Amino acid sequence: MTFDWKWDFVWEIAPRLAAATLNTLLAAGSGYAIALVLGLALALGQRTRWPALTFILRETLEFIRSTPLVLQIFFIFYVGPQVGITLSPWVAGMMAIGLHYSAYLSEVYRAGIEAVPKGQWEACRALNMTTRDTYARIVLPQAVPQAIPGMGNYLVGIFKDTPMLSVIGVTELMQTANAIGSETYRFLEPYTLVGVIFLALSLPTAGLVRLLERVLRRKLGM
Amino acid sequence: MELSAYPLELPPDDRPMVRFMNVTKSYGSLVVLDDLNLDIQRGEMVSVIGPSGSGKTTVLRMLMTLESINGGVIYIDGKPLTHMERKGVLVPADEAHLRRMRASIGMCFQHFNLFPHMTALQNCMEGPVQVLGLSKAEARDRSEELLKMVGMIDKKDQHPSRLSGGQQQRVAIARALAMRPRIMLFDEVTSALDPEVIGEVTEVIRRLVAEHDLTMLMVTHQMGFARDISDRICFFYKGKIEEQAAPEQFFTNPQRERTQQFLRAVKDAD
Repeated sequence: MTFDWKWDFVWEIAPRLAAATLNTLLAAGSGYAIALVLGLALALGQRTRWPALTFILRETLEFIRSTPLVLQIFFIFYVGPQVGITLSPWVAGMMAIGLHYSAYLSEVYRAGIEAVPKGQWEACRALNMTTRDTYARIVLPQAVPQAIPGMGNYLVGIFKDTPMLSVIGVTELMQTANAIGSETYRFLEPYTLVGVIFLALSLPTAGLVRLLERVLRRKLGM
Repeated sequence: MELSAYPLELPPDDRPMVRFMNVTKSYGSLVVLDDLNLDIQRGEMVSVIGPSGSGKTTVLRMLMTLESINGGVIYIDGKPLTHMERKGVLVPADEAHLRRMRASIGMCFQHFNLFPHMTALQNCMEGPVQVLGLSKAEARDRSEELLKMVGMIDKKDQHPSRLSGGQQQRVAIARALAMRPRIMLFDEVTSALDPEVIGEVTEVIRRLVAEHDLTMLMVTHQMGFARDISDRICFFYKGKIEEQAAPEQFFTNPQRERTQQFLRAVKDAD
């Protein structure tokens, strides 16, 4: 057995992997967008005056967090059609990722909201602001910069979880590397490249998140 | 007293700006205010003093509807604040009623509670624009005028983090006044300030007392200031009004043993 790295094979498969990288970015980006919006809705939903809603949401989130993402992907993709919801692998995958991560992001939002001092809420009440304005104009603008580091961690997390979409046939990086491997019987180069690509994308993302947090805090005068 | 025994409105010849009627507040078994009866007349400046834990801040917080009450009724200008009429009797107020009634009350806090992500001017404009529905131009005019009055106009574009405590508190006063309240509440507004900047805040309040017909209720630890500007001093002790009187009378000739003890203790601390 020798270590047999072939550069010309690397150049040959690079375009295919590059195309798959775009798909991975697209899947992670759209999943994250869903999670950002849904997570906020879930966080706010837990703060309403209806204890029943709070209870249901909290238990649902607990359930989502306690079961594997891959199970949720299978469930939406394969069980969905049995109840009349047929989705393409892409849509099912993004929904599963979005739902799964919204459960985590709702916790990040919740912590950010709870970190806003009580005095801010009281000032809003003393100014007779509506609950809606209180959240939209006072609480969330202060909570979000607090939440940015946590939100950034989950962006990297989503990104690293996209290979799970290969189980339902989404042609993201992992699926493409597998395909190349089974066509050519060479696995070293495709898998190594996948690792390098993930690393090359994750590291700058973490840096950008830190930068965004700094900029946001400065802009908000904090 | 049953809620049905309270009047739906106070009679026209007996309408103080604020009336606490048999108001009780407790947290679990801890009674913070016990059967409080207190009237504040239109344009009156009342200072509430007392040892910590005597319930004095709770009086203000109930009036601002930051705290619910467990018994009794609070009336504002003859109309119930904490309750509303339903089928001829009073029932606890809903949020819409509280919002309507709260519009006539403004409050300043010990820790200012300015919005950190907004400039001084934006802090003042927020309520008038979002709540009162003023145009931005109107709100800006009103806010700049008030910032001028509190001596903060040259810092109007600064965020709170760039302002000293005294400056933040003056902006907070302008912010509350921008809502044109009829009743102003000051909750220990100088307690968190460094000694050298207390004067700039008390000076603003002095001017308010002299130049406006606001009804004011102030919780303070500054006896000299309270004595100077108040029409009446209310001394709270263990959830009750132990003694109340005009400042001269209160400070020179307190009647109750506990008042005398408190004033002695405060004097020693000075």
